[in-house]
Amino acid sequence: MRAVVTVTGSDRRGIIAKVSGFLFERNVNIEDISQTILGDQFAMIMMVDTSESGEDFAALSSALEEMGKKIGMTVRLQHADIFDAMHNV
Amino acid sequence: MFNKFDVLETIDMIEKEHLDIRTVTMGISLLPCIRATARETAQAVYDRVMQKAEKLVSTANALSREYGIPIVNKRVSVTPVSLITAAFPAQSTLVGNALDRAAAELGIDFLGGYSALVHKGTADYEEAFLNTIPEVLATTGRLCASVNVGSSKSGINVDAVRTMGEIVLRTARLTGDRDGLGCAKLVIFCNAVEDNPFMAGAFHGVGEADTVINVGVSGPGVVQHALKFIPEADLTDAAELIKRTAFKITRAGQLIAREAAKRLGARFGIVDLSLAPTPARGDSVAHILEELGLEVVGCHGTTAALAMLNDAVKKGGVMASSRVGGLSGAFIPVSEDIGMIESASMGKISLDKLEAMTCVCSVGLDMIAIPGDTPATTIAAIIADEAAIGMVNNKTTAVRVIPAPGKKVGDEVSFGGLLGRAPVMPVHTGDAGKFIRRGGLIPAPIHSFKN
Repeated sequence: MRAVVTVTGSDRRGIIAKVSGFLFERNVNIEDISQTILGDQFAMIMMVDTSESGEDFAALSSALEEMGKKIGMTVRLQHADIFDAMHNV
Repeated sequence: MFNKFDVLETIDMIEKEHLDIRTVTMGISLLPCIRATARETAQAVYDRVMQKAEKLVSTANALSREYGIPIVNKRVSVTPVSLITAAFPAQSTLVGNALDRAAAELGIDFLGGYSALVHKGTADYEEAFLNTIPEVLATTGRLCASVNVGSSKSGINVDAVRTMGEIVLRTARLTGDRDGLGCAKLVIFCNAVEDNPFMAGAFHGVGEADTVINVGVSGPGVVQHALKFIPEADLTDAAELIKRTAFKITRAGQLIAREAAKRLGARFGIVDLSLAPTPARGDSVAHILEELGLEVVGCHGTTAALAMLNDAVKKGGVMASSRVGGLSGAFIPVSEDIGMIESASMGKISLDKLEAMTCVCSVGLDMIAIPGDTPATTIAAIIADEAAIGMVNNKTTAVRVIPAPGKKVGDEVSFGGLLGRAPVMPVHTGDAGKFIRRGGLIPAPIHSFKN
């Protein structure tokens, strides 16, 4: 499944390493990655493919959220279709 | 393909501006449930709703999780119950109770369809059915009732309007200990639509497929937020921005509706692209109108601003979804919108202004508390006025007023949750009793004869 991981919060060291390591452990492939600073907020957006991951999407999403809390960031995993639907005619 | 700003915009809409799927509503036909007795029918109705909607809540929750968008309410609408109980109308409460029990067990918040369509005349069985409404609404928690008393094609059934004035008052009295809460679950329509996913007026029309998923999207906060970025823009540009925003909101609704229908084995019905406010700050239709330049909702200019908003929402939505229906537009319930509550509390918006606003938006006089001693004929006259606006303008109008028992102008009623709170607003005291007691049918307007 094509999905989007977003990470937002105050900028700090090691965010990319933490999140990508987490995804690697669960066999989630990162296809594209970009980041931006909005005001004092850090935002990272990853396009990922979860089809090789054995884990259920909801479980993966909860685990990511939990991991985000530990590093003080908000992390979300969402099906890519919602962005396609809203931003493409 | 989308870019990173699109992603962040969607996330901001959801997390900061209250974008949500307001309701996923499953419409279920009850026509196969008609049996020889009320008791058997009630059992068949209960079984069918439990079977069809068994996975509604879990599916909606899973979708919410996957797409990262809140789905606030899960609901069911059913065939107007008066049609199911026509052979034993006085026992309709048995079916009403069965539906309420099913709703509670399914974990849904409301179930609509304790309804009757009497726009061209009231049959004996319908009269008996209408008389069960106050008791049913007083003894159930999640069941909603609606009655269609007029249409552009048939005119207005003033006998039914008169009856409904009395029914509203009786419903308020039977739920007097809760500020007349029963009336919050009772809507009187003109031109009721058969695929409305929003409560309290949802029912599953007889022309609909067996099981249908209708989705209501919302997001007044998103529209208000977008407008903040163009404070000096003229109204053409403001309308364009609202249209674009409505497009995005509706696309999210369409995606969820299609996916929910597929997973639940139902037909995708419609997306209702309504801006439905909640009492939460940042989720107000009134505040959109104020963002457009009104000092306070209810002042002169409100009707024009609302007309523009309503139209722009519809245009954006129609482009976004292959199947648009329901009410689609802007809702203006008083008790459910923080901006409306504040304006009404300051005496800045009147019933007359609200009535004018209903000429240009998608609904009617909604969630308005009026004095408890308002006569039934005055309530009927309020219903008749709204029905006339709907009939002549070929649009849906509705009345959901709460004559709060023991309360007078200046008092406040509070229902809690999404139903909110409302100051009691004054009604005109001149007597329309003789007009209402004439009864009969107000004929359909000349422009309705299009065949």
